[in-house]
Amino acid sequence: MKHYLLSVCYSAGGTAPTAEALKKITVDVIALREQMRAAGVWVFGGGLHAPESATVLRNQKGQIVLTDGPFLETKEQIGGITIIAVPDLDAALHWASKSAEATTCPIEVRPFMEQPD
Amino acid sequence: MHDIAVIAQREYGRAVAVLTRFLGDISLAEEAVQDAFATAIERWPNEGVPPAPGAWIITTARNRAIDRLRREATRPDREAAAVALQEAPEAQEPEVRDDTLRLMFTCCHPAISPEGQVALTLRLMGGLSTAQIARAFLLPEATVAQRISRVKAKIREAGIPYRVPALDELPDRIRSVLAVIYLIFNEGYLASSGPQLSDGELCAEAIRLGRHLVDTLSGHAEVRGLLALMLFTHARRGARTDVNGALIELRHQDRQLWDTQQLEEARRLLKECLKMDQPGPYQLQAAINAVHCDAVHSGQTDWRQILMLYDHLLIIQPTQLVQLNRAVALAELAGPKHALDVVDTLEDLRQYHLYHAVRAELLTRLGRHSEAAQSYCTALEQVKNPREREHLEGRYRQLARQ
Repeated sequence: MKHYLLSVCYSAGGTAPTAEALKKITVDVIALREQMRAAGVWVFGGGLHAPESATVLRNQKGQIVLTDGPFLETKEQIGGITIIAVPDLDAALHWASKSAEATTCPIEVRPFMEQPD
Repeated sequence: MHDIAVIAQREYGRAVAVLTRFLGDISLAEEAVQDAFATAIERWPNEGVPPAPGAWIITTARNRAIDRLRREATRPDREAAAVALQEAPEAQEPEVRDDTLRLMFTCCHPAISPEGQVALTLRLMGGLSTAQIARAFLLPEATVAQRISRVKAKIREAGIPYRVPALDELPDRIRSVLAVIYLIFNEGYLASSGPQLSDGELCAEAIRLGRHLVDTLSGHAEVRGLLALMLFTHARRGARTDVNGALIELRHQDRQLWDTQQLEEARRLLKECLKMDQPGPYQLQAAINAVHCDAVHSGQTDWRQILMLYDHLLIIQPTQLVQLNRAVALAELAGPKHALDVVDTLEDLRQYHLYHAVRAELLTRLGRHSEAAQSYCTALEQVKNPREREHLEGRYRQLARQ
């Protein structure tokens, strides 16, 4: 089995979905997670708070320094992640396309490095 | 030595395909196959070419792979792989064909960029060297080498599978394979990037791949449709340019120079796929070409039939490019004014030289010469292919003389 990270991408400058659209997205995303669980591919996942809630730590000459806010100050952000375990990319793409339908957002599929034996 | 080069080009993809199944990795498979060809270069000049050179290459590559795995057998999995490989049965022809098809689907996986798909397909399936591919696309060899190694890394890291897709994905995935083959063919046909590649190397390779797909995916009409389309186009090759290499338009071509054998094969393929009742854009484009090729001279072209086929094509492929081609047929039937009205609505094609070239032709026929001249100028600003440029310059000069 290979592990893939599915990231839900969104543009911070874009218009937010209406309350009604958001309700449908929430229902669809929960249903998809149940499907993934039932298929035995779901490893971990969830939605993320806004980038402003992030904290970045840096190792500066042995000293850990904290800064408020995200590492990347970009418009394109990650709204949530799912980690799945499937045999190959085609299987990952299958779930990712379901995720793109449910979230109505672009989904980035990224493979994890193989675990060393 | 020439023999080995020919065999290498023909057998490379098949051997890599089989070894990829054994080894589970394209790069390892390529190393083994290259080892086998190196052995062939050493031995064949003295011992002669074996009766089944393809099978010989596969067997030798397999033995080389076993040696290599044994040498690197510090890890137990390598030794296990070597044992498994040694015990695996010899690949028989049907398996080799299945493997080749698998590799084709891997090369043309939609998660790979189109340039990457084309480069890897030519490298693995066509057995072309990176130098040859670089020449064909007028790119530095290092760029092509980097592109190919990047694609192979993506296949390995992203876990792009080595298999024929499941039935429900198959039509989409076949479309993506056909698109790559047609891209290769068009690159060879138009050679948009350079004047020197008119030797049809890429066209011949695309046709070879098309034939292979017809053999392995015989139940899919569009596969035959694409091969028919390529053959109709390729058959006219000898008549497309004059002795100086200048382009000759279809209507002025010497039809005696068309390759009747290829036309016959194209017609047969077209008939076969139309019977399958799975209409698609390649079949329709092939059918349009068939109507053109059926006319003994251009004056006898059945434009009504061509227009009908374009109408049909427009339903399944509603693009402005199809509209533009349809307008050319419309001009023959309903006159240049009608066609121009259609062409003027095609906003998306303003950056495409043929849009302006078609417009210039129609304006010329309407006697609106200064507007026509302007359109030729815009077309000349946008055209990349030197042969097409010369042709447009010729039309432009002709207009100036009128």
